Amino acid sequence: MIDFENVSVRYPDGNEPVLRDVDLHVPEGELCLVVGTTGAGKSTLLGAVNGLVPTFTGGTLSGRVRVAGRDTRTHPPRDLADVVGVVGQDPAAGFVTDTVEEELAFGMEQLALPPAAMRKRVEETLDVLGLGPLRSRALRDLSGGQQQRVAIGSVLVTHPHVLVLDEPTSALDPVAAEDVLAAITRLVHDLGLTVLVAEHRLERVVQCADSIAYLPGDGRVEYGSPAEILGTSRIAPPVVELGRLAGWSPLPLSIRDARRRAPELRVRLENESPAAARPASPPASSPLLRARGVIVRYGDLVAVADADLDIGAGEVIALMGRNGCGKSSLLWALQGSGARQAGAVEVAGQEPSRLPSKAARRLVGLVPQTPGDLLYLDTVEAECAQADEDSGVEPGGTAALLARLAPDISADRHPRDLSEGQRLALVLAIQLAAAPAVLLLDEPTRGLDYDAKDRLARIVRGLAAAGHGIAVATHDVEFAARAVDRVVVLGDGEVVAEGTARDVLAASPAFAPQVAKILAPQRFLTVAEVEEVLAGVSP
Amino acid sequence: MHRLPRPLHPGAWWLWAAGLAVAASRTTNPLLLLLILAVAAYVVTARRTDAPWARAFRFYLTFGLVVIAIRVILRCIFGGDESPTSHVLARLPEVPLPAWAAGVRIGGRISVEGVLAATYDGLRLATLLCCVGAANTLANPKRALRMLPGALYELGMAVVVAVSAAPQLVESTQRVARAGRLRGGLGRGRRAIRTIVAPVVHDALDRSLALAAAMDSRGYGRRTAVSPTARRTTGALLVAGLIGLCLGSYGLLSASDAPGLALPGTAGGVALCVLGLALGSRRVAHSEYRPDPWLWPEWAVVGSGVAAGALLVVASHLDPAGVVPPVSPLHWPSLPLLAVVGVLIAAAPAVAAPPPSSTPARRTKPEAGASRSPRETELAA
Repeated sequence: MIDFENVSVRYPDGNEPVLRDVDLHVPEGELCLVVGTTGAGKSTLLGAVNGLVPTFTGGTLSGRVRVAGRDTRTHPPRDLADVVGVVGQDPAAGFVTDTVEEELAFGMEQLALPPAAMRKRVEETLDVLGLGPLRSRALRDLSGGQQQRVAIGSVLVTHPHVLVLDEPTSALDPVAAEDVLAAITRLVHDLGLTVLVAEHRLERVVQCADSIAYLPGDGRVEYGSPAEILGTSRIAPPVVELGRLAGWSPLPLSIRDARRRAPELRVRLENESPAAARPASPPASSPLLRARGVIVRYGDLVAVADADLDIGAGEVIALMGRNGCGKSSLLWALQGSGARQAGAVEVAGQEPSRLPSKAARRLVGLVPQTPGDLLYLDTVEAECAQADEDSGVEPGGTAALLARLAPDISADRHPRDLSEGQRLALVLAIQLAAAPAVLLLDEPTRGLDYDAKDRLARIVRGLAAAGHGIAVATHDVEFAARAVDRVVVLGDGEVVAEGTARDVLAASPAFAPQVAKILAPQRFLTVAEVEEVLAGVSP
Repeated sequence: MHRLPRPLHPGAWWLWAAGLAVAASRTTNPLLLLLILAVAAYVVTARRTDAPWARAFRFYLTFGLVVIAIRVILRCIFGGDESPTSHVLARLPEVPLPAWAAGVRIGGRISVEGVLAATYDGLRLATLLCCVGAANTLANPKRALRMLPGALYELGMAVVVAVSAAPQLVESTQRVARAGRLRGGLGRGRRAIRTIVAPVVHDALDRSLALAAAMDSRGYGRRTAVSPTARRTTGALLVAGLIGLCLGSYGLLSASDAPGLALPGTAGGVALCVLGLALGSRRVAHSEYRPDPWLWPEWAVVGSGVAAGALLVVASHLDPAGVVPPVSPLHWPSLPLLAVVGVLIAAAPAVAAPPPSSTPARRTKPEAGASRSPRETELAA
């Protein structure tokens, strides 16, 4: 269905081709997962399917790409609209109209389908994706998961043969992500769609995949069955890593597979406990940040309802909960820049919201969800110099911090050209330059690959070890399992649960990391913990 | 008979508003103008939806007040009244101007008559504005753009997209301004501008590119195969039509020089352009989801607007002093019956138009409040 023949793609500013002599043939009705580190060419591969690469990105493509028999050299993207449906990373960025129904109809209007057929297909699509109750709602008012489903629906209405999805769940909480993935798998099973999907969080999708196209980063594409590719690839979800560690063959891809192999491992781990690595509970006596009765509301919508929170020195806490449960609002209120209707926040005896913003950021630093909003200069160097000046540290201070966080960023690059992980590191360095006691990170793992997340986890642990108090709002349970001490679960603005990461994460069906699910009732959270214990058991 | 809620055809609203605007343009009688305003406001409140653009009517009202104020102030400054019969309201110091500026006067006497005339005039302008505002409030602007001929469809779509980009720009400005505080304030002067503008513009460009790619991959801009002859004919028709229009408007504007050019030029030009657009529309293949029907309520609404305009035109001929009351001598303006009836007919859409379809209540967390993207806004589905 999708045929790449000897395809190479080279961008004008790059020396090395992003894709090199790629031969890829994805047969009809297959869900093919595209995996690879950031910058390995996943988006290029996806874009080449319907000709967006090179039409919209520039660069040269040699070789031949055919979809359902049509050559992208002779068919521009708009003439492939009836065979390929593309959903980008940010569904909201691709919306053309305002309401769900009109958005679904847009593609069909372009294909000049008769109105009667359009009415019928819109109804069908609303049903297939469970969007019926939302039909006349404004797109902007929908939650992330709903928007993603509308975006998928809006390309499905034209009955394409191929669906291309670029990180469809990156902005979603675990439950919404499962919703979207369930919708996609149903489409593959019921309609025989061919789906090409790129995703960083393999743990979410790998069990639905029929095949994997792995981009190791040197321009090649390895294609094969999931077990085959993940057996050797550098990136793998925790379930596969655990399988490799335990020597299971073939490798398990789903929790179910792994649990069926795991009894023996569970027995080996029976009397071991993983707790040693981290302090069991934080020093509760004098927290760095102390928030009491925080209320944030927008009109009659309550975002944070009477929340209490302590962040201790040397402690990392995670704020978790579904999309829109008030995590961001709470972080902004703690920092003092956001709205807050009631309650008290105290850091080192001071209330950050009463201080001028320069002083507030010395107490509490916040890295927002879109870190790029803080960057406005042309080079990394200039941003660092500006941060030195803003924070009153000696010249070079921020650059030195950045070098510790991300040594591979060259100073003359434009901040916009950095990868997500590098940009995050830059903003983190800028905020750390003010030496805040407390650091808040809003959804930092979005768009990060496993390596970048590993690095972020190490950075966060390092900062905690240096005495900072850190709060991270995140959907990423695997990251939370690795990096945090304590988890606070929010629901509709209220604190629903609070406890050590092990207590909260291992017990929750939605937020349990894969290792915890496989090894329950034993309470291991990460592969590293299991590895450590196994090394101790059988030296 | 039972009527289901549905949006009225946007064209009907625009024609109704045009009729009302014609009525307003024929009169300076403040009572009539206020009546027209009242009618427009009544219809707007009765038949508007709760869409964002439907809340705009009061902005037009405010804008109208500003127009009146400007008109009066300008009249006071530049319209010194030397007529001996007028009633002096106040006297501004007059600025002596050189001889070459004869005819221009700054300062001087301000008369009641002058102020009154300026108020009437300003009120007429404000009413015209509000007629446009009423149409804009009642008709979904995006659906209105759909009435463009097929050949201009893509242009209309581009306008729609540009219009929806505006609130996004506001949103991202607010987000960046908030983020600026995290870096210790926005700074001053040029730096403040840069702090905001650079990320916002970057963001807007990224968005536009993403949107363009998304639209293209969904088939926007598809062409059906058209023979080169047809393409050339379209071009020739349009060019000829435009030339005709130019000649026609020249004839209209300079009536004395070329009286024979005006009508045939304009009519021929319009005909050729319509033909060209019709032919060009064949190239753009697209269809319309749920096209707006044109049924009897549309006819009734248009009819009421046209009736108002026509009756006012008739009334202005029958009773010029009532419809355009002289300001001197000072007197309370009368209320000509025919004109009043005409304006009142224009209130019919408040009943004749079907009730607007209601959209579910919108509960949105403001972007500015939480720096959360709208996709984060979870609502009970």
